[in-house]
Amino acid sequence: MIERTYFDADAEDESANLSLTVVNGREQSFLYHPLLHYTTQMMMVPVGALGRYSKLLFHAFGALPEFSTYRDNLWRQMVHIGIESMPIVMLAAAFSGAVTTVQTSYQLVSPLIPKTIIGAIVVPSMILELGAVVTGFILAGRVGARIAAELGTMRVTEQIDALEAMGLNSIGYLILPRVIAGVVMFPVLYVAACFVGIGGGMLVGHYGGFVPIGEFMDGAREFFQPFDPVFGLIKSLVFGFTITSISCFKGYYTKGGAEGVGRATTQAAVASCVFLLIADLILAATLL
Amino acid sequence: MINIKNIDKSFDDKMVLNDVSLDIYEGETLAIIGRSGSGKSVLMKHIIGLLQPDSGHVTVDGIDINKISYAELRRVRQSFGVLFQGGALFDSMNTFDNVAFPLRTFTEMTEQEIEKVVYECLEVVELSDVGSKMPAELSGGMQKRVALARAVALKPRYILYDEPTSGLDPETSNTIDLLIKGLADQLKVTSIVVTHDMHSVLSIADRAAFIFEGRMHWTGTIDDLHASTDTVLNDFVKANEYKIGV
Repeated sequence: MIERTYFDADAEDESANLSLTVVNGREQSFLYHPLLHYTTQMMMVPVGALGRYSKLLFHAFGALPEFSTYRDNLWRQMVHIGIESMPIVMLAAAFSGAVTTVQTSYQLVSPLIPKTIIGAIVVPSMILELGAVVTGFILAGRVGARIAAELGTMRVTEQIDALEAMGLNSIGYLILPRVIAGVVMFPVLYVAACFVGIGGGMLVGHYGGFVPIGEFMDGAREFFQPFDPVFGLIKSLVFGFTITSISCFKGYYTKGGAEGVGRATTQAAVASCVFLLIADLILAATLL
Repeated sequence: MINIKNIDKSFDDKMVLNDVSLDIYEGETLAIIGRSGSGKSVLMKHIIGLLQPDSGHVTVDGIDINKISYAELRRVRQSFGVLFQGGALFDSMNTFDNVAFPLRTFTEMTEQEIEKVVYECLEVVELSDVGSKMPAELSGGMQKRVALARAVALKPRYILYDEPTSGLDPETSNTIDLLIKGLADQLKVTSIVVTHDMHSVLSIADRAAFIFEGRMHWTGTIDDLHASTDTVLNDFVKANEYKIGV
């Protein structure tokens, strides 16, 4: 907050004869300008957040040697993140595969293009992109928001302080199992999403009269690249890490009461989606 | 023994603690009193290293907790039991698991031994029949008592109480006061009670430390408190008495 600006006309020392601004009780240099100050502060926000995020992960992985203490929590998180997300992920994947089949047939089917092209497009789309991204968006909303809300509530109700006061490493206990569970369970969900998505596309193609199962599979086999599922798995590992670590970060450093928890939850879901898209592009550009 | 020496603490540009020094002796019950926002809870968090001072030192049993590693600090913290203002019970666990949590985490006890200790602790706070209840099903006073049972489960040498009676009705406040006094007598622990409730202070404390505007304004025994001519302290005490009278 800018409190006052003054000019000391009576000062004996000429160097003091500068217009001085006092911000939050501190005298600022003559270079001070509110716009420059505001811009600098705004630029420092992401830098500060990145620093705290790195520090949090450093502490979390520093707790690996005492992981046996946190093992029970890992199983719980694997159930929350993986098993409980399975139905919605499979539902979304099935519809993604089905819609991709219908739209591909709408766009590309003509007497000059063989129907196998539908399988050749739907299957790599699921393996390379849709399987991981659809799962990622669902997990960002479902798991990311849950993690941030859980940790945020623990922060504002002093439960995290209580863990620390007992002598427990709260970051090791709360963050590490969630991040590991995300990294382990995301590929499982991704594989399930791919199978269900391809299955959904194949069945809708067959029963909708767009492409018989045999031709769908022929197209899929013809254009199959062995690296595609490897790329999808790498992507799913990165997405699992991104979503859980960002959500943990947002939740762990929640400030304020219920409003702070709400803000952290929203930020966790939004930031997870944004960084998921950025990671998606970087991986595609570097690995494909 | 805990020694707090010349600690300063600011948040952003607001100085919350200014050159605060305090000695806490073995086995005593010390009340840290002051208005809301005077820095009492911040001082308490410095004692267990949840906050680091900008300058100054906190020494617990001769160990400067601001100079040791995080692993060593966690060992020092295990000699403390803390009752937080809202209880801070883990809401994903039932009452039994809350009290059992430190025992399962820090000891090699079998489940049978843990069960015995948990029910002993719940017996102390007169809540041995709520083991299966979730924290949300308990009243505010019961939550604090369960939190107190959890705080004493590892038989700490020091117990810190952050506003133990705030938000409670007078009868429940008296029950909490009696528990604090009972635990101090039974377990021979050093108790540090952060409060602005003078009724509590007068009934449980051996000594009081008064923080005013971030500074340690006055320390002394309860007898000294009664005889004090310090106007700032007396205004604070009288304001409480007036509230009690109302």
